[in-house]
This record gives sequence, C-alpha cells and structure tokens, in this order.
Amino acid sequence: MPKRQDIHKVLVIGSGPIIIGQAAEFDYAGTQACQALREEGIEVVLVNSNPATIMTDTNIADKVYIEPLKAEVVKNIIIAEKPDSILPTLGGQTGLNLAMELAESGFLQEQGVKLLGTATEAIKMAEDRQDFKDTMERIGEPCIASKVVTTIEDAIAFAKEIDYPVIVRPAYTLGGTGGGIVNNECELREIGGNGLRLSRVHQVLIEKCISGWKEIEYEVMRDSKGNVITVCNMENIDPVGVHTGDSIVVAPSQTLADKEYQMLRSSALKIISALGIQGGCNVQYALHPTSYEYAVIEVNPRVSRSSALASKATGYPIAKVASKIAIGYGLDEIKNAVTGKTYACFEPTLDYVVVKIPKWPFDKFVKAQRTLGTQMKATGEVMSISSSFEAALMKAIRSLELGIYTLEQNIYKQLDGNEIVKKLEDVNDERIFVIAEAIRRSVELEEIHNITKIDYFFLCKIKELVLMEEKLKSMKGEQPDKEALKRAKKLGFTDAVIAKFTGTSKDEITAIRKRLGIVATYKMVDTCAAEFEAQTPYYYSTYDNYSEVKPSDREKILVLGSGPIRIGQGIEFDYCSVHSVWALKEMGYETIIANNNPETVSTDFDTADRLYFEPLTPEDVINIVEAEKPKGAIVQFGGQTAIKLTKTLDDIGVKLFGTEAKDVDAAEDREKFDEILERTGIPRPQGRTIFTLEEALTAANELGYPVLVRPSYVLGGQGMEIAFSDKDVTEFMEIINRTVQEHPILIDKYMMGKEIEVDAICDGENMLIPGIMEHLERAGVHSGDSISVYPSQTLSDKTKAVIVDYTEKLAKALNVIGLVNIQYVLYNDEVYVIEVNPRSSRTVPYISKVTGIPMVDLATKVMMGKKLSDFKYGTGLFKEPKYVSVKVPVFSFEKLQGVDTTLGPEMKSTGEVLGIADNFPEALYKGIIASGIKLPKKGDGILMTVRDTDKPELVEIAEGFEKLGFTLYGTGKTANMLNHKGIATNAVKKLDEDSPNILDLIQSEKIGLIINTPTKGRKPDRDGFKIRRKAAEISIPCLTSLDTANAILKCLKLGKTEDELEVLNLSIFE
Amino acid sequence: MKAFLLLEDGTVFEGNSFGMEGDVVGEVVFNTGMTGYQEVLTDPSYCGQIVCMTYPLIGNYGVNLDDIESVKPQVKGFIVRELCQTPSNWRSIESLNEYLRRNEIIGLEGIDTRELTIILRDKGTMKGTIVTAEKLTEVEEKLDKLKKYTIDNPVLQVTTPEIVHTAGNGLRIALIDYGLKKNIVRSLVRRNCDVTVFPATATAEEILAVNPDGIMLSNGPGDPKDCRFQIDNIKKLIGKRPIFGICLGHQLTALANGADTEKLKYGHRGCNHPVKDVEKDMTYITSQNHGYTILEDSLDKEVMSVSHINMNDGTIEGIRYKNSPLFTVQFHPEASPGPGDTAYLFDEFIEMVKKHKKGA
Repeated sequence: MPKRQDIHKVLVIGSGPIIIGQAAEFDYAGTQACQALREEGIEVVLVNSNPATIMTDTNIADKVYIEPLKAEVVKNIIIAEKPDSILPTLGGQTGLNLAMELAESGFLQEQGVKLLGTATEAIKMAEDRQDFKDTMERIGEPCIASKVVTTIEDAIAFAKEIDYPVIVRPAYTLGGTGGGIVNNECELREIGGNGLRLSRVHQVLIEKCISGWKEIEYEVMRDSKGNVITVCNMENIDPVGVHTGDSIVVAPSQTLADKEYQMLRSSALKIISALGIQGGCNVQYALHPTSYEYAVIEVNPRVSRSSALASKATGYPIAKVASKIAIGYGLDEIKNAVTGKTYACFEPTLDYVVVKIPKWPFDKFVKAQRTLGTQMKATGEVMSISSSFEAALMKAIRSLELGIYTLEQNIYKQLDGNEIVKKLEDVNDERIFVIAEAIRRSVELEEIHNITKIDYFFLCKIKELVLMEEKLKSMKGEQPDKEALKRAKKLGFTDAVIAKFTGTSKDEITAIRKRLGIVATYKMVDTCAAEFEAQTPYYYSTYDNYSEVKPSDREKILVLGSGPIRIGQGIEFDYCSVHSVWALKEMGYETIIANNNPETVSTDFDTADRLYFEPLTPEDVINIVEAEKPKGAIVQFGGQTAIKLTKTLDDIGVKLFGTEAKDVDAAEDREKFDEILERTGIPRPQGRTIFTLEEALTAANELGYPVLVRPSYVLGGQGMEIAFSDKDVTEFMEIINRTVQEHPILIDKYMMGKEIEVDAICDGENMLIPGIMEHLERAGVHSGDSISVYPSQTLSDKTKAVIVDYTEKLAKALNVIGLVNIQYVLYNDEVYVIEVNPRSSRTVPYISKVTGIPMVDLATKVMMGKKLSDFKYGTGLFKEPKYVSVKVPVFSFEKLQGVDTTLGPEMKSTGEVLGIADNFPEALYKGIIASGIKLPKKGDGILMTVRDTDKPELVEIAEGFEKLGFTLYGTGKTANMLNHKGIATNAVKKLDEDSPNILDLIQSEKIGLIINTPTKGRKPDRDGFKIRRKAAEISIPCLTSLDTANAILKCLKLGKTEDELEVLNLSIFE
Repeated sequence: MKAFLLLEDGTVFEGNSFGMEGDVVGEVVFNTGMTGYQEVLTDPSYCGQIVCMTYPLIGNYGVNLDDIESVKPQVKGFIVRELCQTPSNWRSIESLNEYLRRNEIIGLEGIDTRELTIILRDKGTMKGTIVTAEKLTEVEEKLDKLKKYTIDNPVLQVTTPEIVHTAGNGLRIALIDYGLKKNIVRSLVRRNCDVTVFPATATAEEILAVNPDGIMLSNGPGDPKDCRFQIDNIKKLIGKRPIFGICLGHQLTALANGADTEKLKYGHRGCNHPVKDVEKDMTYITSQNHGYTILEDSLDKEVMSVSHINMNDGTIEGIRYKNSPLFTVQFHPEASPGPGDTAYLFDEFIEMVKKHKKGA
C-alpha cells in the first residue's frame, strides 16, 4: 500500500529523561522516526522533556517542544499545533502510555487526531495481562501458567495441575517479599501459607516456575497489509529469571536448531498477525532446554531497547521502517537502505556474532545490591561484533570501561574452590568472571551448568578463553609462537593482555604480531552476509587476511564516541559526537565514528560516512587509525571515554583537533593547573595532590575540614566525597584504592557556596560564552544532580563580569580551541574556580537549545580552523533570553536497592529534564513535574527530619508549607524546634521506637513529601538511610537539600495546574 | 591436519581439515542460512557441490536423528568458518565433525568464509577443490582437473532407486523424486495424503498406472536442461492430473512448456529470500536453493503467468499455467531449513486436486 494521503502533520512523543529501563534507544528511535517522516514531506511536531537528546534539535523536527510529558501539557500542544496524527510507538513506554491516555480520554477523537501504527485495541491486547493471556489462548500460543489463589488448598490443587516447581508471588508486597520457589507440597504449604499471611489482600499468584529455561527474543515487523518478517532473534546467556535488560545477550541464537528457531519464529509472526501490529514488535520466549515446550513471556507492541539492539546487530533500521509502515507503506515498498537494492521486506542474515553486555552502575554505587533479577538495574549497554563468540565477548567486556580486559580477576584468586562454587550461585554482574575462575579451578562444566543453568555452549566458549589464558601463561618467558598469537588475537585478546600473561611488554607483542602479519582487518555489517554489495560502510574488526575497508582519498576525521550510558556520562555526549560529525560533513570532510553503544544515534549507519562498531580502548582505536589513516581525530565530544584516549592518539602521531593534549593534561594535573591559576591570579579552594592515606590525612588536617576527596581524571564526580573527619578520609581512600589509581588523588578545601557553571567556545583569539548557569543547590551537590537555572537569577553584573573575565583568562592560558566547561563557586561574594574541563560537557545540549547557539557545530568548525568571527553569534557573553530554563535531574533510585538517595559530590542521577517558561517559578514548576516528582497535594503531610546545622534555615520553609495548608510532621528535635517557633508540627517517633513510628507514618500514605538532610559524613546514618530508601521504594519525593525544598515550595506557591501551563516551542530562542 | 580450498581462478584458502580427510572437487556455492546446516547437508539438491556456510559458527547444536532431508549428507564438501566441537542441544547425538567423518564427507574449517562469499558473489559460482594436506602442491594439475570437472546426471545419483509408498487415507499423490527433500513427503503426509514416490526414471505411464489424484514434482540438483527424459515425461503428464512442482520440478515444467532457463551468477541459497505472491500481493520469506532460473522473455504468456517474484533480484519464483491445473514454485514451501511461511501452497495444491477430483 502506498503512503496514506491523509497524513500531513504528525506529533511524535519522545520518552522523556533517561532512567533505568528507558535510555538512549528512544532518542535513536525517535530521531530516525522524525527523519523518516520528514523525508516524506510530512511536518513533524516533537515533544520530549529531555533536552540532552538529538530528537529535540530544531533540525530534526519542524517544531520542537521541550515540555513535561503530561497529558494536560500535550493536550495544549495538540490544540496549538493541530496535528492530524500522533506516532505513539517510538517513545518507549512513556510515549505509548501518554498516547493511550489521550486516546482513552476521548481527546484525540474530539480533536480529530489519528493514532498511527498499531491500533489502540491491539496495544491494549498486548499490554493488559488478562487480555493478552486470553488472546494467546485463543490463537493457541502458550503463556506461563499461573493462577491467583486465596487459600492454600487452591494453591496446592493448581500446583498439581501445572507441576512443581512453582513460584509463589504474594500480591501487593514489595519486591516479592514472602514469595519464593517451591518444589513440593510440603514447601508450598509453608511458603504459600506465609505469602497469604503477608499479602495485604490475602492473595498469592501461583506460577509455573520456568527459571532456568532459555530466554529467546524475536524482533518482528508487520505492515498494514499483513506482511510479516523477523529482523533478528537473540538468545540470553542468562536463562529466564534475569531481566533481559540485565542479561548478556547474543545474536543470533546459538543453541537453537532450525526446528526450534522456526518454531518460535512462526509463533512470533502468528502473534503479531493476531494482534494486528503495524510496525515493530518484540516477543520474548522461555524455551524449555530439553524439549520443544515454550511459553510466551511478554510482547512489546512498540520499538524497544531490544529493537535498537537488533537494529544495530543487523543493520536493519527498525524505527525508520516502523515509521514508514505507520504512514501507510508496505514492507515491500520500503527500500533496504543498507544495500540500496533490496527491500525492507526481507530477513537480515548475520555472518558474525553479536554480544551485548549491560552497563551496571555498581562501580559507582558500591553499596548497591548487585543481585540481578526481574527488576532491571543497568543504565546502558555495550554491543560488540566479531566472527567468533569469544572475541565478541572479550570486546564487549573491554567496552564496559571497567578496567577489565580479561576474564581473570584477581579478587577471585583469594577464594578457595568451595568458595568459588558457592559464589556461582550469586546471580549478579560478576558471575561471568566467577564462572571463568571456576573453570580455571577445574570445576566440572556440569556442576557449573547445574548451578547457573547457563547453556553448555556458552560455558564451553568461556572455557576456550580460560584455556587460552592458561596457554599464554605457560609461555611465560618465551616468545609466543605465531599460531598461539594468531589464535589469541582471533579470540579477542588485546596485546596488553597477551603481554601480561606471557610476561612481556605490550609494545613487544604488538611488534611481534605486526612482524608476523597479524593485524586487524575489518568486515562489513550488510544485512545479507555478503550476498549483495552494501552501500553503507559499517565495520567491525576481526583477525583475517582480507579487509573490506578501502580508504577513500578524501580528507577524513575520526570522531570518538562516548561508549555506554552510565551515571555521569549520558546521552549528552552522544548528542555532541553526532553534532560534531554533522559539522564535519558540512565542511566537506569524510567522517569516521567509533563507538560501541547500540542505543545511540551515533551508531546509526547513516550518521557518519563510516561507522566502526568497536571498543574504545587504545589498541582498538589505534587499529582503526591504521586502517583509515585519518587526517586527525576529535576527542572533545566523547566524554571521558574519548578524552582518556588523547595520549594514545597523540603518541602515535594522530593530529588532535582542538585543545592540545598537553593543555588537556594541564587542566587535570594539579601542579600544572595551580601554576596557571597563580599566573592568572584566579583563586581556587586550597588543595593538595596525594597518593597515600598518610598524605591524605596530613593534607586534610592542613587544609582544615571539611575537605573534598576525589580521584583525578574521572567524570561525574566518581568516587568524590566530602570528608568531615579523619575517619571519613580513611574510609574514602579505602574505596578509591579498590581500583588501581594511575593518577594522584585530589584533596580540596570544601566551600559551601553557590555553584556556577559556564560553557564556552574559544577559537584561540576570541571566545563566546553562550551562558552562565547557576545551581539551585549549594556547592557540595554534584552539578549533574543539581537543579540548574539559565539565565542565572541571583548573580550580580559584577559577579558575571568576574566570571567572564576568569573564563577568558583560563581559556587563553589553557590554549583552548573548541569547548571548555568551567565550574565556579561563589563563596562570601568571591568567585573561586573549582574545575576546568577543556571539552564538551553535560550542559552543552541544553544550553545550545535555549540560546539557539549550535555550540558543537561552532566548536567543531573552530577546531578545524574557522574563527568565531566567521559566524553570526559574536563573542563574549551572549545576550540572555527573556525565557528561563530550569534543568532538573532525574534519578532511578527505586530500582537500585541499597543505594543512599542523599545527594552529594558524587553524581547519582541518570537523566535530566528541562522546564522553559517566561518566568523562573513556572520554569521550575515545569522542570519539577517533568522530572516525575509528584508534588504534594493540599492536606498531605510534610515530614521533616534535618540535621542540627540546617534547623534554623528550615523554619522559613516549614512556615511556607504550613501557610499552603500542609500538615507538618517532624522527628523529635526537628518538631520540637518548629513548635517552639510557633509552627505547628506533629512529633513522630523514631525508627527504633514502638509503632506507630516514622516508617509506619511514611507507609500510611499520609505523607506527600519528605525533607531529610542527613548527618554529614559517611557515618552510619542508619535511620536516615532507611527513611530515604522507604521513600524511594514507595515513590514519595525525599529531598536531601533545603535548597531543593525551597524550590518545591516555590512551585507550590505558584499554584498553577498542568493544564494552565503555556506550551512553548524552541523557535522562541531563534 | 591442514586443508586447502583451491578455486578455479587460482585463489587459495588455507584452513583445517574436518570430517573425512582427502581431496574432493565440486562446484563451490554459499548458503546464507544461520541455522539448518544439517538440513543443508542432507538436501540432495546440493549433489556435486561444495557448500560454504556464511554463518561463522557451525555445529553448535550438533547433529540429531530428525533433521535430515535424505538418508545421508549429499554435499561433496562442506566449508565453515568455525566448527563447534562441543555441541549443545537436547536432540544432538553426535558432533558435526563425527557425523561428516562417519559419512565420508570432506570438510574445511577455519577460513574466512566471508572473503570466499564475496569472491563467489563478484565472480560467480566457481569450481573448486578441497585438499587435505600439510602443503598444497601440484596446483596446475589440480586446476586442470578442476576445469574438466562436470556434474554428470546428478538427478540420477540422488533419486530413489525404487518406488516408495507411504500409506495414507487422503488423496493419492504421486511424487516424482528428482532429489527430493523428505519434508515434501512429510508435508503431504501431514495432510493425510497417500504418497507414492517414483524414481526420476519412471515413465509417465508407470506413474499414471497407480491412478494418482495429483502429482508433485520435487526439487533436485543440476542443470534442468540436462534432464531431457524428465522434461518429456512432464509433457505427457500435463493435463492428466493436477501438478505442483517445486524448484527443479518448477524449472522442468517450464522447459516442458517451451520456456528457457539460465544459470544464475551465484544462485539463491538461504532462508531469507523475500518472494511476492503476485495474486495475493503479499510477500513471504522463503527458503531457497537453486542455481538456475527461468527466463521471463521465454515464457509463453498465453499459457504461463508469473505468480511469484523474487523481491531481491526480480527473478521468477513461481508460475501458474492457464490451460491446466498446474502451478510451480522455485522456492521451497516445505522449508527445512527455513521459514514455513509458504506452506499454504501445499494446501492450495490439495484444494486444487480435490476440486479436480470432484470435477472428474
């Protein structure tokens, strides 16, 4: 069917901030969707609250609204824009839910707006548990047998029917408390009985236990005509039981014979045909490991994280094709953009192996519970491609940037055999290394399989890697022979790892293998296993003789990407990398991008001229340079991942555009930086560089507490803490030293003032400061976790002038060419510099959008030799717009058990949203509601428990809440103090007192907001921790800074409702 | 032990031997299926050919008793990038290596199969030889031998020597075996058919003697134009009974109707080929294995109409005949390996036979 003629203007809904479970994949999908629609001549209106995305760029959609993703707000956008249709299935669950809400309320029909793609009824059929089960039953597709029971007798009867083991899941208990797997009637009586008692509604779900079954996914597509295809299937290495987002996944499936592969494929196609899907869909299966029995776990009737992975794994652009289907095209009418010859109505075939490993935040949240289960915990993922499973796995492991390059991990060396076997039972992020260690200790694969249920195929592959490690070790002292070296390279070992095992140097290994002609070669991802010639150069490395890379004679520039999304390095760096590529393309350069994150726009096959899907480690990047021989490289935009490669590139003589390596180093190196400050006369908080604990303690005492302790060369304040005592310093040093530190540790005097942030572009002569941002929370809360306001609301012209002056001086002194981000603290009316980052920063996308200055574009062009005077934006401090923009961080605490939600110098947020309005309170209000914070409603209780130093300041805030009609609660001293000041506050019993105490109160649903400022330092603030965790788990906002509390109060005072907000599109900044 | 692949154009690949050791000559082709190597090995249409799998990890799920399309492996040689020595699947009874060794098939592993595929794609299917040896010697002699190699009467090498009858209580189907895949039989039996498989040498009279309700022409190896006898036989069968032809059966029927065939540059072998059913205006993913195609210009449009088209290269994938109950397809609706999306053609055949039976 050709394009529908009734679609002219489409509203695309994005997925909002990055949270665990919803990351950059929807920026990729949404961006592709907008482009696919616009190339059909359709006008696109986009709404998303996330300013760090590429989709919210004004060149991606015709109209861009950075507004809260709330039904009332989107209604106003629809009224203002009058789109004829909405595309709901490309903005993750958030976008889909919002569209469904609008449809179900009748608003869309009222406004004459159509929902494109899969029909509302079909979405309901897939999303509603009962509807879905009924549909599957009707078409004869098996689901996991389950039943809700209210008596133990019914439970036993049902268990008999479906066979043991069964899972007992009590209804309405948090995190499955009281449930478990039972193997017989006796156990069921005990656990089931217990579950029934614990359940608030006296109900338990008895479900057939399929843990240990294989988990297989199919990415499938269907058009309105009924054509159906499979894009890709994937096999989770971790069997059923671990969330697929937390599983190591391989594509295509490895252990399924054609009969099983086709059985599930046919089932998936039958399901999407029955549901009437129009677009992309993901179907998850549990497959019995020793029979043909299977069960459908779940169906996602939309583009998903898995579909982004499948797109990158195969080269098939699912989001683009889904968008074309939504506007009426058939799969047989859409061209396959990779081959340029064939059509989208085909099934990609792979001639390589793809491995995905999740990126978990446990390196940052050392106290978080690492167990993996049904709640996803990863913030991002890496993908790797190779022609063997082993090499793909090794590449993926090193892409995680954990400093891990082999399966051998020293921490397991200390454990004895029994301890290792015991550890196999822990389902967590480290299991793969434990398995390797168990194999090394000669634990039988059968035993490992029995414990982990991981398929023998994968265990055998891990064994291959372990055997290779052992073989290399056995060659210690001698030169590795050609065969061994070649095999090690084919299995994905880096030269450094081979050198470590054979006891020689990395350079020596590199020299030997080059002499032997063992060099990286590149193969193409072409959707068709070479059956047709491909048009889009998308490469991965192998160690073969034949390379498909044919460098052109154009001038080319290598742009390094930013790897997986993690806390502290999010989607904003992908935004920057992509914009840099676009700018270079515009200048006529051939662009090469290297990255390993399958969720991103940068790894879309048509973003750069050439895409290398590779780990971002020195060896992997050197190989790309040797294959492509670029004119130079750009590292400024890929976050710390790319910056870390500066020295590698510099050493092999690659020209680095922009700020030079020695100057980047001067900004990070304490002594060199101090010299610069001395020379320019810019003050900074006193600090020292130290290596040992003794030095740390001396330095801290000389500076005087409180002090800031942090490792150098990190992003997002990783490992950064405020210490108030020797004990704190000792504790932090121990944590920092758990990973080997190549660089010194920094100790600074901690000043609790106002934090100010500046992004600037410098061409070597002039500089342009798009804006000065002011943080709402005082220094001490990481800039990424603070509410940030632009233009600043409280800074005097004099302060601004000082900041502009310092920024210019610092940029000049550091010879900055391109972007620089500087953080200042205003303390006792004096401006101090905290840090200078001569690279792109987290705030670049948002400042670009609210100033209308394409910062990355300018920076890239300046780096390539242009001058700021060549552009229309001028120099110096850019004029401030009349609109206020407030960036609000977004956290994923409810998903990370064991993590303290207190904000501090180490970044904890996973994403951000932006609120824009013509006045500060409204912009703040928009930002707060967009971030998902549920504001307390009139009559709700406000619970306060603050440290002594905060008590005086709390008075005014409490009074504010009281005046607005909230009921106040406080713990002993806090309540006492407030009552004393004439503010009526109910006293609440402490945790260790008898019921009803503070936890009961929180649980009682009376409380709408908690203000809890923790005791300083890392002293075991057990009570506070429990309160904060409870709040996170039942989604009550819990503020750990009085500044944030003040902000919330401001929003409440504004007294606006969502439907009263004026919706603004970005053209106001033009 | 090392092994080499020497191609007609002089290209040499060095890898390791698996399966049986020795030397073998054949036509080198590639298959892009990611699963189904056991079905590929046992598909008689690969008679005389050395098959290279483009998916790099082969043997992962071992070899089982069920997934066979004929009694033994039919390929002359088998090339994979990485042979899995430790298969894992509940149905597996032996490793691919053991299976090929037991069945005396020469294998080559450890070569860059993508490089080989690109050569075959760019230059077209070539003859080649796998040589198990520590060193490749006498290259000129080997090349000479290669050039002289032809596959003689492959259909006669793979067809059943005698009539095989599978009883059923439904329609009686005569199935002519040019090198059939067992799943054609299974597909008919599943539809309650009584199936009699005839050797490719059976005459039309012998076939009609069992009074079948319908006739199926199977797939098979080689150049269709070499099958003079079979083409003549089909001429005699047309109009007598409803006929459904697959692959070689499709090509032979076209030749019997005066059309022409030609060799494709590198053929269609895999499980992902999109084919449009022109009447339904629907596209299906099909399993394919053929090196020849029917030329569109050669069709007698009075009698023949194109029912299916390959979406990749526009070649003919199916023909309907206007003057008799007869249709044929180039792809494999019986799948195995590959998707069963076009199994509906068996149902259409059954319906056609029923209708004809009622009418007669």
